[in-house]
Amino acid sequence: MTRIDATFARLKADGKKAFVSYIMAGDPDVETSLAVMKGLPDAGVDIIELGLPFTDPMADGETIQLAGQRALAHGMSLDRTLQMVRDFRAGNDTTPIVLMGYYNPIYNRGVDTFLAQAKEAGIDGLIVVDLPPEEDEELCIPAQNAGLNFIRLATPTTDDKRLPKVLQNTSGFVYYVSITGITGAAAAQAAEVAPEVARIKAQTDIPVIVGFGIRTPETSREIASVADGCVVGSAIVSEIAAGKSPSDVLAFVKGLADGAHSA
Amino acid sequence: MADDLFNSFMNGPDEKGRFGIHGGRFVSETLMPLILSLEEEYNKAKDDPSFWAEMDFLWKHYVGRPSPLYFAERLTERLGGAKVYMKRDELNHTGAHKINNVLGQIILARRMGKTRIIAETGAGQHGVATATVCAKFGLKCVVYMGAHDVERQQPNVFRMKLLGAEVVPVTSGRGTLKDAMNDALRDWVTNVRDTFYCIGTVAGPHPYPAMVRDFQAIIGKETREQMMEAEGRLPDTLVAAIGGGSNAMGLFYPFLDEKDVKIIGVEAGGKGVNDKMEHCASLTGGRPGVLHGNRTYLLQDEDGQILEGFSISAGLDYPGIGPEHSWLHDIGRAQYVSITDKEALEAFQLCCETEGIIPALEPSHALGHVMKIAPELPKDHIICMNLCGRGDKDIFTVAKHLGVDMSGTEGRTAD
Repeated sequence: MTRIDATFARLKADGKKAFVSYIMAGDPDVETSLAVMKGLPDAGVDIIELGLPFTDPMADGETIQLAGQRALAHGMSLDRTLQMVRDFRAGNDTTPIVLMGYYNPIYNRGVDTFLAQAKEAGIDGLIVVDLPPEEDEELCIPAQNAGLNFIRLATPTTDDKRLPKVLQNTSGFVYYVSITGITGAAAAQAAEVAPEVARIKAQTDIPVIVGFGIRTPETSREIASVADGCVVGSAIVSEIAAGKSPSDVLAFVKGLADGAHSA
Repeated sequence: MADDLFNSFMNGPDEKGRFGIHGGRFVSETLMPLILSLEEEYNKAKDDPSFWAEMDFLWKHYVGRPSPLYFAERLTERLGGAKVYMKRDELNHTGAHKINNVLGQIILARRMGKTRIIAETGAGQHGVATATVCAKFGLKCVVYMGAHDVERQQPNVFRMKLLGAEVVPVTSGRGTLKDAMNDALRDWVTNVRDTFYCIGTVAGPHPYPAMVRDFQAIIGKETREQMMEAEGRLPDTLVAAIGGGSNAMGLFYPFLDEKDVKIIGVEAGGKGVNDKMEHCASLTGGRPGVLHGNRTYLLQDEDGQILEGFSISAGLDYPGIGPEHSWLHDIGRAQYVSITDKEALEAFQLCCETEGIIPALEPSHALGHVMKIAPELPKDHIICMNLCGRGDKDIFTVAKHLGVDMSGTEGRTAD
């Protein structure tokens, strides 16, 4: 059982929805983002998504593009991202960490080397935006074999015919993208998301977490109430971009987490 | 043609969209269903004579094909060696080879019921071609163009606007072709249901590299026939410039199985293929990676972050290359070289002076390599280069590099 599976078992026992937060590793620098990361579990975050900076984040809006650019400008790299995970793990061995990013930095490292390093650092799962099921042999299958969860995105364009293919090699949870669009875009609507989540849950027992377009505690609660939990990224990254202190960022995160947990 | 189909170089890609290790479909899930339906639609169209009949009609009456194959007599004399022929794709409507492909994609988009067309553009040639065909068919057109390119390609920006397109300057990254492609992909993910992404080169997720190649292969098909007519035999050497590589793939493809035809692609060497990476020579100075939906040779740093290319030519300023070129490079069927900005400028001027043709800076790179090899080759050796675009759009860039002040005359001399 991975940390992700254990977390969902705990939440299920408590009758609570999951709150997942995203931050970019090294944004704006390692010290600040590590301070935020260390505080996330106490702010109510159940699962941490840690962004791996990439020069060309094709599925991300401006907020996360700029976060990646800030991190890279301060010398962030795959090695430093892994070190950040180790530093976090030194004080926390329970909160799952999902590394989220694009394939090239991983491919460049070499898949086997990367998986060994990620596992050793304490990463539990991977979300790699530009690896659809058609490319499962690249990283998804090797990651599962290495004991890491490979979390797949399902989207409004994933029709019923295609859904089994998307769910087939998914583990940990399914990340339902609430809108057709990039991160940080239009607001998610619970009324539109609910039937989509039901559609996915009809075909899998894996938890379904909804992300994209969630910016407020209210939306966090509304969306979490129609799924197994929700993800917030750009809204948190915007707080960091505005130069807020880690404690102010964490207070903002707590509001979102409380929203999801009240669902 | 090859006697043995299994040994043909023309069978790619495989069903996963791979050319060797290159190609593939590295896109987000939102786009995947659309990519699959595009592939299905393209496969249907490819075998539908009415699709090609429509293409042939428009190629002839709207684009002006076939483009001439022209013996560059004075250039040949000047170089003193091989006979140099030019495939005159700069004479196409809109002034470059780009429209060959755009027509095919827009006809497909119409078959798929898409009403909004998006495109990325570097030099502006693909953007102009897309805006042109959209105007002809009454489709909404949005063109993403790096802010830096908007600045250095003003005449083309104005053309696109005249043709009714919306031009979106892209400020992310360094504001060049790579960044324009990122923003076009972001638009597509957002508007996937009504929008068709008209990619301008033989790159991107499968089926784009194969589809764009098939549309551009008209260049090579015509060249074969015209060369047989002119010389009674095939050329000895083909030379074409490569950014993403669509004009080159179009010329090369019908000759891939002709073992005796030497194939040379010319990348943009910028200031020289050096450690500072001040160039766009993905094959000479890059290594395989994944970007914009495909695996291919990329300019990248040791951490797998993509580097910005550098070239005088906006159309070649891209850190990647089409996956089929990467494969042809790996297996050695084609040779890839680079030509610097300085060499391309010399070729540009030579073409103007000896042939009365103002070439675009992109094919000036191809000509730069022809200038290197032709003098050393025997007089009965035939070189065919693709003169894939005209240079009207580049005269301000060239003037600047030659130290000519054209400020104040811009409006009158633009075209």
